[in-house]
Amino acid sequence: MDLLTIADKTFTSRLIVGTGKYSSPAVMVRAHEASGAEMITVAVRRVNITDRTKESLLDYIDTSKYFLLPNTAGCYTAEEAVRTARLGREAGLSNWVKLEVIGDERTLFPDNEQLLEATRQLVREGFVVLPYTTDDPVVCRKLEDAGAAAIMPLGAPIGSGLGIQNVNNLRIIREFARVPLIVDAGVGTASDAALAMELGADAVLMNTAIAGAQDPVAMAEAMNLAVRAGRFAFLAGRIDRRMYANASSPVAGLVGR
Amino acid sequence: MRITLNGEPHDLAGPLSVTALLGQLQIDPRRVAVEHNRIVLKRGSFDATLVAEGDEVEIVNFVGGGDGN
Repeated sequence: MDLLTIADKTFTSRLIVGTGKYSSPAVMVRAHEASGAEMITVAVRRVNITDRTKESLLDYIDTSKYFLLPNTAGCYTAEEAVRTARLGREAGLSNWVKLEVIGDERTLFPDNEQLLEATRQLVREGFVVLPYTTDDPVVCRKLEDAGAAAIMPLGAPIGSGLGIQNVNNLRIIREFARVPLIVDAGVGTASDAALAMELGADAVLMNTAIAGAQDPVAMAEAMNLAVRAGRFAFLAGRIDRRMYANASSPVAGLVGR
Repeated sequence: MRITLNGEPHDLAGPLSVTALLGQLQIDPRRVAVEHNRIVLKRGSFDATLVAEGDEVEIVNFVGGGDGN
């Protein structure tokens, strides 16, 4: 059995999905089922004090079936992210965090300096830290050295759907990474997810590609299959690329020669 | 007495426990995390933690999200 192990937990699925941007909770629930994901990321926000009529996200997530991964999405400093991670731990009763420290509003690229600082602090506090970062091999190595339980480089900017922009960087990161490599953000369609897995990623995390698709449930299933197909292809070992054709049929025995 | 609740001024009759505050606000304590004067509280200490004049309280829960925001 090909299992994904992160820190002390083991997963069958290599697809991690989000809970944002869905047209309705019912669509989200069906998309989660179709995705086959076992880990779901959620954001931490202030409770609406004045309007208590809104339903809670947790009304729609079967926490006996899905492992919740609180994130620090929207945080811009290490301090904010650490504070949010601590709150997320109490709200969810697990010490895992998808750590995000954003550095720029338009690109949502991470502030890697703040990210490293927050990673070190949260590791000291006993968190299992999964940091979202750029596809920079040096930063990924520093995060790993800081005690990150996985490294999560982007494929492209969050929500952009551009797919894997720097295949070579991911190859290099794959080569030296000793902790799981999760491609987080940038996936637009199934082939992007398959490519990430073919490059040797251990998992893929996505939200918008599924939630924003015209049919999110169908796209979730496509992603489920793509991640598995990409993983199988990686394990199978692809053929070498060559410039010219190489016939699959024997030359010997051709009629008329 | 006045406290700051989720960044906004909030008036209360008098000092009360976090559990009582959540009750007044009709918030299920199992679904939220609470920060009292910048210290994140363990759920088991909601009963014993007293909210008093001028305190800062943050009550958060999980909402839909993936990356960014």
